[in-house]
Amino acid sequence: MAEAERLLGLITIGILAGGVYGLLAVGLSLQIGVCRVLNITHGEFLMLGGILTFTFSQLGINPLLAPVIVGPILFGLGFLLQATLFRGVKARVPSPSAFEGNALLAAFGVMYVIQYLARIRFGTQSLPSQYLTQPVPYVGINLAVNLIVGFAIAAALGIAVYLFLTRSRVGKAIRATAEDPPTAELMGVNTNTILAVCFGLGGLLAAVAGTLVSMRTPVSTAMGFNNTVIALIVVTLGGLGSVPGSFIAGIIIGIVSMLVAGLWESVLIVPVYYAMLMVLLLVRPTGILGKK
Amino acid sequence: MRILEGQGVTKYFGGLAAISNVDFHVDQGEILGLIGPNGAGKTTLFNLISAALPASSGGMRFKGQKISGLKPHRICQMGIARTFQETKVFGNMPVIQNVLVGAFFGKPTHISGAAAANEATQALEFVGLSATSAAPIKDLTLAQQKRVEVARALATKPELLLLDELMAGLTPTEVGEAMELVTRIRDKGITIIMVEHVMKAIMGISTRVMVLHHGEKIAEGTCNEISCNKTVIDIYLGEETHAAS
Amino acid sequence: MGFLILLIAFVLTFPLYGGARTRVLITMLVYAILAMSWAMFSGTTGYMSLAPAAFFGTGIYTTYLLQNHLPLPIIIVAAGLISFVLAVLLGLVTLRLKGIYFTIFTFGLVVFIPNVVTYVEGEVTQHHGWYFNVLDRTIILYTMLGLAVVTVLAIYLIRRSRLGLAMQSIGGNEEAAEHMGIDTTRTKVLTFAISAIFMGAAGAVLAPSLSYSNPTIAYSAFYSFVPIVAAVFGGMGSLQGPIVGGLLFGFLEKTLKVEWNTYFMLGFGIIIVLVILFLPTGMVGLVPILRDKLGGAISKWRKGREGEQHANT
Repeated sequence: MAEAERLLGLITIGILAGGVYGLLAVGLSLQIGVCRVLNITHGEFLMLGGILTFTFSQLGINPLLAPVIVGPILFGLGFLLQATLFRGVKARVPSPSAFEGNALLAAFGVMYVIQYLARIRFGTQSLPSQYLTQPVPYVGINLAVNLIVGFAIAAALGIAVYLFLTRSRVGKAIRATAEDPPTAELMGVNTNTILAVCFGLGGLLAAVAGTLVSMRTPVSTAMGFNNTVIALIVVTLGGLGSVPGSFIAGIIIGIVSMLVAGLWESVLIVPVYYAMLMVLLLVRPTGILGKK
Repeated sequence: MRILEGQGVTKYFGGLAAISNVDFHVDQGEILGLIGPNGAGKTTLFNLISAALPASSGGMRFKGQKISGLKPHRICQMGIARTFQETKVFGNMPVIQNVLVGAFFGKPTHISGAAAANEATQALEFVGLSATSAAPIKDLTLAQQKRVEVARALATKPELLLLDELMAGLTPTEVGEAMELVTRIRDKGITIIMVEHVMKAIMGISTRVMVLHHGEKIAEGTCNEISCNKTVIDIYLGEETHAAS
Repeated sequence: MGFLILLIAFVLTFPLYGGARTRVLITMLVYAILAMSWAMFSGTTGYMSLAPAAFFGTGIYTTYLLQNHLPLPIIIVAAGLISFVLAVLLGLVTLRLKGIYFTIFTFGLVVFIPNVVTYVEGEVTQHHGWYFNVLDRTIILYTMLGLAVVTVLAIYLIRRSRLGLAMQSIGGNEEAAEHMGIDTTRTKVLTFAISAIFMGAAGAVLAPSLSYSNPTIAYSAFYSFVPIVAAVFGGMGSLQGPIVGGLLFGFLEKTLKVEWNTYFMLGFGIIIVLVILFLPTGMVGLVPILRDKLGGAISKWRKGREGEQHANT
């Protein structure tokens, strides 16, 4: 029965780790769905979250508290990016249909700027940021505390975001802006502010995800790109615009990554994601819980 | 001959029926006016005909052939062309090139460069915009851009033309000119369905009128019949009362 | 075109360079080809592809696999064909949908393909590392030049063709293009696949100049990023822009001697943001602006002088 136990263990780890992927994806989903920017810097925000958490932990600040500081910082960065850069791109774009392409290219540039500024400051080495690594025995394997804590925080934050988007006034304004910006403006919504808030919120969620990831694995300034890829896959799988969808997809991806790594080869994790993505795009491109 | 007919055409967006069980037909050579309050489903119906959106249920036939399930470019090549409510010109090209696209790709048969250029020039002349031929289309006024859209659609040599709010935002003089243009198009043998809010235009040149409200067809007939139709009057007067209060 | 004359003059100086300069020229040509091919699809249709590295790396790999079995010219053609087929498959799945899915897909390709290749190598061949039958650099330079010429010609002809018009329409307004009779999916897939041919071929030509490679190096994301920055900088909507950008960035990479160090990449990021914000049409877009300003300045000066003359009489 060791095999079955091992399998159960892998799946459990996958679920717990997947919660963080879900959180990351929710942030991206907001940015793509509302701001219409394919934000490929998202992983860099996660990286910054992780690196800053580590830096603060060196100064004696508990990593679990780090999001309180790091979150707002990266919210502010995201807010600024949307309010200045992407809004500027939209204003100067040669034709409206060129906005998405140009915004993507601008995000591209920002990705480099963030990543390499971080490199200048922190170098490229792996930083030992792991925290709460005490094992909790579970069905024959050991789960690290950080996995459980990470999932709990991610889930709590996810629920909070969901409630915020569906129940609060700002949440309604966000949804109106996502559906029909001109009409939202007419109804008194300051769409520019809403867009900036959404982008900032996405950045904040990525930062928290970064903290949670940093507790499990070492961080480095190069970790952004791969996480952006994962976030993009999870968003597509779960369906744009759906918070529960992102979480379900995140958990699926988490499980898949553990199973592939445990039963096959880690180098095949991304190819398996891709195969899944290809099948999904053929069958149901809007994702598991996506709209339209 | 009925050039276009639809039976039980329905379109759902989520739980909402934007078009609900609409039967309609268009006779060859006529101008069918399509009216109704905002949100009645007029543009949605156009989107269903041109295959921009798939119908949820119901079927449509063009010249006897089923057109449900085809892609927009096939619909165009079969002979149905359209303009768009929010003008969808090719902003990255000069005026003449916009029309050229229609001339080149509008029909499945191959056409030479010279012939296409000829078609495009003629179409542009037909709508009275030859003078702007080389200008970047972004430099034109909205009214002019709408007419380029018409020229572009005409260059595809359609038998049925869908005009979506061609007269929106036009001055009374411009409306008169547009009405004259539409009549001239009809005189060339092209059947027209026009969505309009400008009543003077609808009543002035339509052969028949169809009224949509909340996605349902509530009336259909000649201009006289429609303007005397109590339900129609209620809807439009009702709108005005709402607007006033 | 004055530009063409400049290019020809530049090419005619090739025999003058020897040794190390040859490497610089080869790199310049590689980036020019990649930038041009990328812009041919992404610059016109607006669908942002991040896939050049995927096809380029495949070209390198093709040479590695076939170098002992086939002569180089055939390998180059094969690499082009394989890239074409690969692009068609990818395109058919992703180009039917909105642009965002396409971009997402191409974004991770650069990670996906080398992972698969590494796995396959590990399982099947147990080889690690690719060694090439090295060819004289001068041969490679002129082969690459030939490929570049072919690429320029092909893109030039396509832009003026029906296919080019269809692509431009898609870039202008895809829904309208579809409604004017253009089969947008077929157009996009075809154009994407054609652009992949040149990328793959470039990789195949470059390979014999490398002493060593492996999946991670060959499929390096830089071969996507640098051509894109180069094309945007030069002007991705035009034919000349990517050429200028590619040559320039290739030159910079090789002559500044530090391989894409941190400050370089930082600079790239800043450049692309500035270009997108302030000069979306790229450097090439600067030419008409400068011409206008210069023309305006000249006529103002003339009027000023006429005014003086009138005042003096």
